[in-house]
Amino acid sequence: MSNDTKTTPPPASSPAVDPRLLQRESGLSGYVSEFVRKVRGGDLGSLPVVVGLIVIWAVFSLNDGKYFAASTAEFIAYYMVGIGLLAVGLVFVLLLGEIDLSVGAVSGLAAAVYAVLSVNEHVDPWLSVLLTLLTGAAIGALHGFIFAKIGVPAFVVTLAGFLAWQGVMLWLLGSTGTINLDDKGLNHFLSGNSYFLGGDISGGYVLAVLAVASLLFGSLSEQARRRKAGVPFRPTSEIVLRAVLLAIGAFGAAYVLNQASGVPNALVIFLALLIVCDFVLRRTSYGRKIFAVGGNIEASRRAGISVPAIRISVYAISGTFAALGGLAIAGTTNAAGQAGADPNNLMMAIAAAVIGGTSLFGGRGRVWSALLGMLVIESINAGLYMLGLTLDIQYMITGGVLLAAVVVDSLSRRTQKSSGRA
Amino acid sequence: MTSAPVLALRGVSKRFGAVQALTDVELEVHAGEVVALVGDNGAGKSTLVKTIAGVHPIDDGQIEWEGRPVQINRPQDAQHLGVATVYQDLALCDNLDVVNNLFLGRELKRRGTLDEVAMEQRARELLDTLSIRIPSVRIPIASLSGGQRQVVAIARSLIGEPKVVILDEPTAALGVEQTAQVLDLVERLRERGLGVILISHNMADVRAVADTVAVLRLGRNNGTFPVQQTTQETIIAAITGATENAVTRRAARTAEAAK
Repeated sequence: MSNDTKTTPPPASSPAVDPRLLQRESGLSGYVSEFVRKVRGGDLGSLPVVVGLIVIWAVFSLNDGKYFAASTAEFIAYYMVGIGLLAVGLVFVLLLGEIDLSVGAVSGLAAAVYAVLSVNEHVDPWLSVLLTLLTGAAIGALHGFIFAKIGVPAFVVTLAGFLAWQGVMLWLLGSTGTINLDDKGLNHFLSGNSYFLGGDISGGYVLAVLAVASLLFGSLSEQARRRKAGVPFRPTSEIVLRAVLLAIGAFGAAYVLNQASGVPNALVIFLALLIVCDFVLRRTSYGRKIFAVGGNIEASRRAGISVPAIRISVYAISGTFAALGGLAIAGTTNAAGQAGADPNNLMMAIAAAVIGGTSLFGGRGRVWSALLGMLVIESINAGLYMLGLTLDIQYMITGGVLLAAVVVDSLSRRTQKSSGRA
Repeated sequence: MTSAPVLALRGVSKRFGAVQALTDVELEVHAGEVVALVGDNGAGKSTLVKTIAGVHPIDDGQIEWEGRPVQINRPQDAQHLGVATVYQDLALCDNLDVVNNLFLGRELKRRGTLDEVAMEQRARELLDTLSIRIPSVRIPIASLSGGQRQVVAIARSLIGEPKVVILDEPTAALGVEQTAQVLDLVERLRERGLGVILISHNMADVRAVADTVAVLRLGRNNGTFPVQQTTQETIIAAITGATENAVTRRAARTAEAAK
């Protein structure tokens, strides 16, 4: 605001600024005070995740000295991709304020479809991938159609899908129950020993440099445009701070992963898709419409947005990501099996999206929450695995973490309401 | 008011099943004129507004736009003509900021992506010319007061450059200062040469900003008054039907007998 008054001399009729308004100070101190005010107002952003991650890492490191190792990071980075992709699709659905319970079943079915096509029917592996993704999109669109056009609650539609598609998967897999996949096509890149640039030490650093450079370039060019247009812009100090934080994270991750085998290609695909989805949600009118429908359906309708079209397309996106996630999960074992539709995957994906900060109530969230949430969940899984804890304990702890995330979401929403931010 | 009205209703009727909601209603709105539409509950104000906005197509009569008869069958028809309606429930997205709400459904684009800078610039210009005071154009609607939301909703209706703006009870839930802000804004709309249809129950508001008062009673016209030369009692009498009493009935009967 203070920048604006300097660039444009206020005309005589310009309204006086309301004295009750909180003026944001310029520079870095303004950034910090704004952050503190946001958190106090219940807009926690990524703060619970970061705190949670530090606590989790500390607890497991104290319990097991081997936890804090590059191999653990490699494990987390690789195994978070499959369910993380399910979570990306769920973020879109959660932004509408709806839920998709079928993603786990659809992912299992997609793996089975891919296996039958590529192995049993000898279809070209890349064509099989395409057909599998289209299957996922069609299933999602069907859910969306029944929900948006017929008016059945999404919860029930996708619950029916959860059962039905699991049945279709079992039928497709037949009596053997498992089909081993060939190391071809997309599966080659999703399998556990495929690394960016062949695991070369430069691979991780190339990615980190790309990330930091594109953030700097994007922020600075936007700052220049905004400055030219005379609207408030981010101070350079804030941009630098953000870039430095990203650089610490990116180069740190690259260094740690390089200590092991390198950056898994599956992770690179996941990150690329996250960037694309983030762009779609924040920079296109389609993404804006998703947020609008999640915020106020009636307002969206009056603004000329076709609410059914948005709903159907979002469920199709969710189905596509479920199919992709299914391929990634199958890639970890190089087989499509009955375990592909593990209902645990569904709960993990929902937990990841919510833990990462996407609200269950619609209209608030980012695709990055899929990444952050999966970091938390896989950190826990890796720790429990190393401590040799059995499945029962794992379920209990993951359930507890999901509950904690939902409680944080509800509480922060309440605080936001009382401080007028929701 | 010599020029042709921007919007004119001629003998408009609307039925819902057994209910005759509007009967032969006439209404004229000129450019730069604020027409207050008043009437008791159930008088047909909302129905009339919805026929203009295209929510309920009319059964009988004619709607004229700048002198030409037009058909308004869908909300889009009304929007294309240049009628913007601000409903009582405002219909803003709480989770989006002011700029995004202003441009919802007609975002400005640059190379296929949202042009946030241009939208923010235009939003500031629009809010400045309307002297609207809000903390920042980049805060979510949720953080705004009721009056601020109302002015944002009205400002949003202006993005499409309409010629007629319909305001449905814009001051119903507002405090003194906020009501004053909204009334100031209505006057600024008039200064910009827009025709304004203002629905209100509040006679003080109506007298403060309206040029003409059109009274509806039981779905029919019950008088159109220039605000300056009319007392509040006359208007209220027209609203409540208090003009219909023993004296007027006798007068009507004698007039009939004289025929």
